[in-house]
Amino acid sequence: MCQEHAYTRRVFLQKGLTMVSAATTVPYFIQASAYGLTNPFDTMLTSSIAGKPQERILVVVQLGGGNDGLNTVIPFGDDNYYRARPNIGIAAGSVLRLKDADGLGLHPNLAGLKELHDNGLLSTVQGVGYPNPTRSHFTSMDIWHTADPRQPSGNGWIGRYFDNTCNGTPEPNAAISIGREAPKAMIGQINKPVSFETADLFRWIGKDLHETMDKPYEAINRGGDEIEGVKDGTQLEFLTRTALNAQIASDQIRSAVRIRPLVEYPRNPLGQQLQMVAAMIRAELPTRVYYVSMGGFDTHAGQVGAHANLMNQLGSAILAFTKDLKAQGNDGRVLTMTFSEFGRRVKQNASQGTDHGTAAPMFLVGPMVRPGVLGNHPSLTDLDQGDLKFGVDFRSVYAAVLESWLKTDSRPVLKGAFKPALVFNRSV
Amino acid sequence: MTTAALQTTAALKPLRPSDFGHWQAHHLLRRAGFGGSPEQVRLLVEWGLDRSVDHLVNYADVPVEPIRADDFRGDIMRAPSPEERLAFRQAQQAQDEVTLERLQRLRQEREQQDRRQVRAMQQWWLKRMIETPRPLEEKMTLFYHGHFATGYRTIENSYHMFLQNQTFRKHAVGNFADLCFQIIRDPAMLAYLDNNESHRQQPNENLARELMELFTLGEGNGYTESDIKEGARALTGYSFDGNEFLFRKDFHDEGQKTIFGRRGMYNGDDFVKMILGRTYCSEFMSLKLYRFFVNDLPEGPGSEARTVILDLAQLMRQKKYDMAPVLGSLFRSAHFYAEANMAGQIKSPVQLVVEAVRSLKTPIIDLNILVDALDLMGQSIFFPPSVKGWDGGRSWINTSTLFVRQNLLTHLLTGRLPSGITGSSIRSSYDAMHLLSHLSKDDSGEYVLEDAVDFLLKSCLGPKPLEARRAALLEFARANGGRVNNELVIGLLCLITAMPEYQLC
Repeated sequence: MCQEHAYTRRVFLQKGLTMVSAATTVPYFIQASAYGLTNPFDTMLTSSIAGKPQERILVVVQLGGGNDGLNTVIPFGDDNYYRARPNIGIAAGSVLRLKDADGLGLHPNLAGLKELHDNGLLSTVQGVGYPNPTRSHFTSMDIWHTADPRQPSGNGWIGRYFDNTCNGTPEPNAAISIGREAPKAMIGQINKPVSFETADLFRWIGKDLHETMDKPYEAINRGGDEIEGVKDGTQLEFLTRTALNAQIASDQIRSAVRIRPLVEYPRNPLGQQLQMVAAMIRAELPTRVYYVSMGGFDTHAGQVGAHANLMNQLGSAILAFTKDLKAQGNDGRVLTMTFSEFGRRVKQNASQGTDHGTAAPMFLVGPMVRPGVLGNHPSLTDLDQGDLKFGVDFRSVYAAVLESWLKTDSRPVLKGAFKPALVFNRSV
Repeated sequence: MTTAALQTTAALKPLRPSDFGHWQAHHLLRRAGFGGSPEQVRLLVEWGLDRSVDHLVNYADVPVEPIRADDFRGDIMRAPSPEERLAFRQAQQAQDEVTLERLQRLRQEREQQDRRQVRAMQQWWLKRMIETPRPLEEKMTLFYHGHFATGYRTIENSYHMFLQNQTFRKHAVGNFADLCFQIIRDPAMLAYLDNNESHRQQPNENLARELMELFTLGEGNGYTESDIKEGARALTGYSFDGNEFLFRKDFHDEGQKTIFGRRGMYNGDDFVKMILGRTYCSEFMSLKLYRFFVNDLPEGPGSEARTVILDLAQLMRQKKYDMAPVLGSLFRSAHFYAEANMAGQIKSPVQLVVEAVRSLKTPIIDLNILVDALDLMGQSIFFPPSVKGWDGGRSWINTSTLFVRQNLLTHLLTGRLPSGITGSSIRSSYDAMHLLSHLSKDDSGEYVLEDAVDFLLKSCLGPKPLEARRAALLEFARANGGRVNNELVIGLLCLITAMPEYQLC
């Protein structure tokens, strides 16, 4: 990862002290570390196991299509909920009730998240949204990705994070997304994510053509910029270096995912993606942000069964992932965060489904989060065109992740100052 | 020879005709187009510099597949008719959920249909780039698509994207000023930068800002925030109705505006005229053309590159923004063929795909796969990432896009697909031997291995391949018996196209 950034306590202490006085004039990446130094709670919660890397990791789980927040974190104590959803409301008797959260509970298929909640590893942030919400999938997703509701066409917030922390030098493999397309959130001006659907695709298929292809291919792509005739500062030097990086990353990733995980994962797409992420973390890849996603949340019709399946996937996959990280001894350095582009309309529609809405809950998972149900549940009667009013701006959750977890100044990343939401333990 | 050929300055000094050989023709075909087969390269050498450039730039007489307005449907995303609006209002008032639901479903079906149409357009344009006998026309269309970047995701109207694409094609080597007057009337652009609703009481500054910052002058080049505000007032009322430009007189601000220190009752066209009159405009456009056609890492002030850019700008002003003579002078200049400018540019994903098919003549098994691959490599046509277009250069390349690039070439050559990607997996019927057709054979009627390897390396990579590459390929060929047959040539091409330097053009 980028060496300029004070991620570890050791580098931090070496560099931080000299930076404080210059904090107003130095570039952001240094400013961030100086800022961290003044934070009395900065104890860098990390792995206690000797020899494990200290770098903190963020795993983003995208729920595409607009997850029905009201049937995820269910206000079963509010009669208005059942009035608005006579056919698709989840019966109070089957809701998984949460301790210390009156009248609120989880979808019956979220037993995985309930277990995390009971163990103090789950933070449920209620009513997250943004002002003047759009109900377009594309636009709202872009808004969450760019963290910019006014101009959602620029770079992604995670991309900007890397651009700002790495002083303009792209870091190979700093950001990995599992999936066909690179999510906009991870695309920066300089830093672009590595993305692949399965590790098998992160390699050259020409090797399968014939056994004699392997040797020359390796010679061609592993020479790096040491090959005779490659001049410094040229495009060719850049390309040969990237080719070598690609081979190394391919080796690392493919050998990482071949190893049996320490726990059993559910055989669903999200479970398989998180299993790969856990394997890469275990193999000590230099990756700082991983991105996984599941779709299918656009439940306009007959949503009860479909949504129940999605909830089961989500809960079981995140539980297995958390257990795996714990077994690896990496749990202390991995924060998992879920989001969806919007929630859904309070009132059910005529097809036993729900239409596009606004605010919805986010989940943050790991021993570093402030456990419990945070914020107030949005009112089911004080609505904006039939939709919930948001209580927490998603950018304040991002700000918390950036400031407290990734130890960086959130302002240049979010293009403005957002008060970090209190979603972490004080000791983080 | 046309009169344009005589346009020269010291920096744009033309290449000596005798210096226009195989590699210069090869370079010209790649940069002014998307590369060509060995025969096409030979034909250009035969024609010489002037005729070759003239053929590429002044292509009006080259017959091409016509495009008709009804090649795509223009009514999918039409606005609701008065009757439909009435039905919707009535259902709303009556709280008739069933009707509302039905109307909403119809709308969603049209949106889906439109997404299918934009997908079809991606394939259509890619195919056109691969097949066109006027490569510069499509290359400039691609240039303007990245320059006046407008994205389908935001406007969600495929036909407007099609109309814009046609506008770019129409003005490809035409007049840039004309194109600017057209672009402030272009429904896709007006929707993308929110000018269609811009009202004198609340002018939207988006178009005025990007017009100067990204499309004509360059950021901070001789304009102020106040010029943006006043320009936005001038542009109010520039809107569209259906697929046509519409000047909404009642939206337009008729008042006095002060732009670049001058006062007048300016409208959008006056604003564009004033922009075009500024030296910054020609300089900014020259720089963009230079980066697109010559080198995306131009050296600093005082360098030869800077002088060329300034001279191009001067020529552009002299020619009142006619692009054909400007491009012609650039493609004739010795600077264009300087060693530092050959095989030094990272291919855009479109360049990679189109050039591979055009120059190697590989079969296209499935256009869908190619469009998907463009997306994976970061250049989904009709979906630029933002109004800034694609950053290009090194931003195309990272560890995952490099594998996609290598695998795509292997796919074109062999038909093979990475497991997991669905698509037709037909065995390749690719005849690679045609590439060697002009090489001489030995006494036993076989091609000489070393000759074949040298030729393939050079035709894919340029005149001076790295020595280590030749050795690796020869070793591979000998491990396979060393006989130059179709399978061996395909194997060699798979390895050559997997070389880091294959990403350069």
